[in-house]
Amino acid sequence: MIEIVSGSRCVTCDVCVAVCPTNVFDRGPDGVPVIARQGDCQTCFMCEAHCPADALFVAPLTHPAPADSPFVDETHLVTGGLLGSYRKEIGWGRGRKPGARLAVGPELGAARITPAALS
Amino acid sequence: MTSEPVPLDLTADVVVAGGGPAGTWAALAAAEAGADVLLLDKGYCGTSGPTASGGTGVWYVDPEPAAREKAMASREGLGGYLADRRWMARVLDQTYENMNRLATEARYPFPVVDGELYKRGVQGPEYMRRMRSWVKRAGVRILDHSPVLELLVDNAGTVAGVRGHRRQHDTGYRVRAGAVVLATGGCAFLSKALGCDVDTGDGALYAAEVGAEMSGMEFSNAYGIAPTFTSVTKTAYYGFATFFRGDGTPLEGAGSQGGRSVIARELLRAGTVLCTLDQATPEQRQQMRLGQPNFFLTFDRLGIDPFTDRFPVTLLLEGTVRGTGGIRIAADDCATSVPGLFAAGDAATRELICGGFTGGGSHNSAWAMSSGTWAGRGAAQFASGLGAGTHRRRLTAAGGAGLRPTGTPRGAGWGEEAILVVREQVHPYDKNYLRHGDRLRPALAELDAAWSALRTGSGAAGAAAVRTRQAAAMVAHARWMYHSALARTESRGMARRQEFPGLDPAQHHRLTVGGLDEIWVRPEARETVAVAS
Repeated sequence: MIEIVSGSRCVTCDVCVAVCPTNVFDRGPDGVPVIARQGDCQTCFMCEAHCPADALFVAPLTHPAPADSPFVDETHLVTGGLLGSYRKEIGWGRGRKPGARLAVGPELGAARITPAALS
Repeated sequence: MTSEPVPLDLTADVVVAGGGPAGTWAALAAAEAGADVLLLDKGYCGTSGPTASGGTGVWYVDPEPAAREKAMASREGLGGYLADRRWMARVLDQTYENMNRLATEARYPFPVVDGELYKRGVQGPEYMRRMRSWVKRAGVRILDHSPVLELLVDNAGTVAGVRGHRRQHDTGYRVRAGAVVLATGGCAFLSKALGCDVDTGDGALYAAEVGAEMSGMEFSNAYGIAPTFTSVTKTAYYGFATFFRGDGTPLEGAGSQGGRSVIARELLRAGTVLCTLDQATPEQRQQMRLGQPNFFLTFDRLGIDPFTDRFPVTLLLEGTVRGTGGIRIAADDCATSVPGLFAAGDAATRELICGGFTGGGSHNSAWAMSSGTWAGRGAAQFASGLGAGTHRRRLTAAGGAGLRPTGTPRGAGWGEEAILVVREQVHPYDKNYLRHGDRLRPALAELDAAWSALRTGSGAAGAAAVRTRQAAAMVAHARWMYHSALARTESRGMARRQEFPGLDPAQHHRLTVGGLDEIWVRPEARETVAVAS
């Protein structure tokens, strides 16, 4: 679920307010969007992909992160290179190569069936 | 028409409800046919739905006879022989054309493999961003965050518009239209499967309220594999997995395909299944990361190496998003059985190309762009045939449950209660996945009671109505599913019954289902089945 809107990074463009498919954000009084309906977040990461300032963080959990979780600690996320990491992976942003140009997955054959004993 | 004033009163030749792949292709086709098009998205056209957030393979096959034959034959048995070769061929043709246009006209950045553009898949965010730009360039007007609440019909029962709510403005809207395309997606019952929470089956409810029929609703029990407590359902990559019980012993017979029910049984029994993607070679691991970067978001952020660590997995309900049931298609232009109403994408049945086996991935994406194109074109043609009086018709609102209670109004509260009933009766693996009549019947009774409460007591307006209508749509969807599942007393495609494990040649037909207060199921009439091989 969405956990962080970084007030220091946000450029108050309201793109996240527009693009969130489940309408999780409200416009904030100071221009920084507010997470108004976290429970409606479907953890789809689309707001992160569209944020031009790498100011958002979606924790990979379908429930709110606990208060002591590293997912609500902006410093930890910046240090770990996680803020803006999805946008980087898909190659969005000036000077980047679109990830779509490289998106060729492995050939998928028949799925493995787990055997009774592993060799 | 309604007691509320309508602050935004619009007209359009064609209204498209839903802005995923099917909706955007429909809008584009209608605009190119000369129609004035309004696209209404419940969320945001460009990010809404499982394609935008997930990405997808595409059933793109060169028009070479042997390759096409192989592609068509590949899933016929799995689908219980309910697909139709003529429709498969049409979809392969249309998909080939559309994907080529995506490269040339939308300038989608396809990868280059062996000197050629590789068009057998699309990255979701990029695909849907391009589709949004393309439809706007074609002159389509888009209203985001504007869920449709109900259809409007004229005196003859022809669909003639929609009414809805703009949730970021907290105002209502009405559109008078020559034709309506429902491209609202399937129904995943708010399971939080990737990108699916906007897919609550709304279009099917609206279609049923004007008398349209559903088909294949027994093929609705798709569940995707995801790491526990996360949303990323990318079942295909679990083909590289070995599964374990909580105690670390191998879970014999478990697999992403042909062994998913083993996972469901173990989750029911013990609550824990672990896995590791240890079958992928170093080269395949690298390809997986490039092919689906969002698959790794979860692992990277949780500090899990999916190729060496054992991590817990669960199954999330993908319902008719990956199942094949939906609004019955009555003609080649994706018209429904109701004049003025067209259906496309996951809102429509995909049995025509998938039969009773999941259309997840490449087939559904091919169906979305093909059916969208046909529905958009069909709707434009229908609208242009109406003539000058199109926007002067007297309109009646068709919505029932959640809007206009038949009994004592109890407010919007029933909607939340109904959602709880859906969670309890539709999500569990022992009810919806591992189906048995002894468990389906009591679940259906609970759903029938929830419907009755909604229908008689629930009446809401504005933002509250968006939620009560979603609840009504999910309950209706679940009831069509279980009625159809009970009617099919055999195991065909993904509709398996524990007490009827075999295929019954006498039930080699599709099932049509319809109705709201009273639900009926019947075999599809032979003459309406487009002739196959």
